[in-house]
Amino acid sequence: MTSQNGLVVEARNLVKQYPAVRAVDQVSFGVYPGEIFGMVGPNGAGKTTTIECLEGLRQPDGGTIQVLGLDPLRDRYRLRERIGVQFQSAALPDRIKVWEALDLFASFYPHPVDWRSLLEQMGLSEKRDAYLSKLSGGQRQRVFIALALVNNPDLVFLDELTTGLDPQARRAMWDLVRSIRERGTTVFLTTHFMEEAERLCDRVAIIDHGKIVALDTPRNLIGSLEAENRVVFEVDGRFDEGLLRQVPGVLRTEQIGERVVVYGQKEGLVSGVVSTLESVGIRFDNLRTEQPTLEDVFLALTGTKMRD
Amino acid sequence: MVGFRKLMLVQVKLYIREPMSAFFTLLFGPSLLVLLGFIFGNNPDPMTGGMGYLDLSVPAYIAVIIGVVGLTAVPIPSATRREMGVLRRFSATPLRPLTYFVADVLAPFLVTLVGILLLCLVGTVVYRVRFDGNLFSLLAAVVLGSCAFFALGYALIGLLPGVRAVMLIGNVLLYLLMIFSGAVVPLEVMPETVRSISRFLPLTHLVALLRGLWFGKGWGDFLIETAVLVGMAIVGMLIMARTFRWE
Repeated sequence: MTSQNGLVVEARNLVKQYPAVRAVDQVSFGVYPGEIFGMVGPNGAGKTTTIECLEGLRQPDGGTIQVLGLDPLRDRYRLRERIGVQFQSAALPDRIKVWEALDLFASFYPHPVDWRSLLEQMGLSEKRDAYLSKLSGGQRQRVFIALALVNNPDLVFLDELTTGLDPQARRAMWDLVRSIRERGTTVFLTTHFMEEAERLCDRVAIIDHGKIVALDTPRNLIGSLEAENRVVFEVDGRFDEGLLRQVPGVLRTEQIGERVVVYGQKEGLVSGVVSTLESVGIRFDNLRTEQPTLEDVFLALTGTKMRD
Repeated sequence: MVGFRKLMLVQVKLYIREPMSAFFTLLFGPSLLVLLGFIFGNNPDPMTGGMGYLDLSVPAYIAVIIGVVGLTAVPIPSATRREMGVLRRFSATPLRPLTYFVADVLAPFLVTLVGILLLCLVGTVVYRVRFDGNLFSLLAAVVLGSCAFFALGYALIGLLPGVRAVMLIGNVLLYLLMIFSGAVVPLEVMPETVRSISRFLPLTHLVALLRGLWFGKGWGDFLIETAVLVGMAIVGMLIMARTFRWE
């Protein structure tokens, strides 16, 4: 099932050189059984190249890879029987029907699952006789996921799964990915949405310019920032910020027009701010807290905002 | 071969669902025959050695169908699928490239055979067109012609930059070949210049071979035609093998 050290995917010093650019530069990581592992980074960071090397569709220029204990190039056909793949850009003919695509792909594998129940799980039963070209973006994406699951894979690769979907379809897709993991399938996904990685992944590798700049759980990555929490609210008229600097844990404050931002340590910040405001009788509105996100982690690590 | 049967079935369905391919492969030949039969009838004509117009047309339209499929119905969908990433999706499954390729060739060939059968039925049953040849010999020529023209179609995919170029060049070649090969308008009524051009066109040779075999001549009378078609098949396949890409 896995390599000797219990990893589903193990990449060591992976290198892929294109004529103009080193797309993947000495990348090393491991994926544990049963986790949702995410690779996040801006477009062009090297995510798709990495995933295609793992799938055995691209030949690396350096380093070693083991996927499910197999060499993706030498054992490509044995590996392909056990992995599921959803491409960022791949398609099926317009005039193929949903059930025909599933029936066809099932016939490529020695032990396929029943594609009818798969369609049901994906909420596509009613669309089984529809042409693929007549489906919405989200429906088509679900067909492609169903195709990736039709061989009951041990590991499934999802490349930019939610790109081009509206927020509602994106959230539905997240639930779907969680349900794939609950079946016992390890998930390796790439995304350029930091929020997606933060909400969905057990562990996240942040990749930029072909290098992994951080790899940990989203919580640890955010925690490692030691970033300040923020409490934001609006006040009517003039307001003396000095009042809030007395509150324990507050580091600094800012006032821009009606908007006040209080920076500080997480513990007790909100209650301290609120009780101080109430004790002096200041009316405030729209109070909310803002925690640091993976976006902040990316910013701190690379010095740039995610390029969308 | 794993997945071959289902793949064949799906490829045939996709072929038939494409209105242009379906029409030109299955209905074009018979309907042209009916149309011209209505206009000219099938009276023996001294200019063509006592053959009726339709006698000459049935074997020629077999060649036309093969040309249409080879130059448009094979390469256009095939190039489109490559460009869309369909082949890439298949390449991530245990499906072997050879299996895919064989189905990609055999599916249009099967539909082509059905089209030819329809044409021959309309010709022989409705218009009493004579068939003096050997059925297996004719089938062998159909296979040879298909190899040559399908290979040409795949060579176009390999040599041209994209789907649009394949569409354009495939169609232009097809109409040139149809007009100047004597397949639709008999060469006997064409001016001398056209006749000399037509000697260099592969469809002319396929028309000549099929007509000859249809009226009972032997392969020995068509060595040049056979050599041209075999050569075309080999060159086409070599180009195809050198230029084939999954994406």
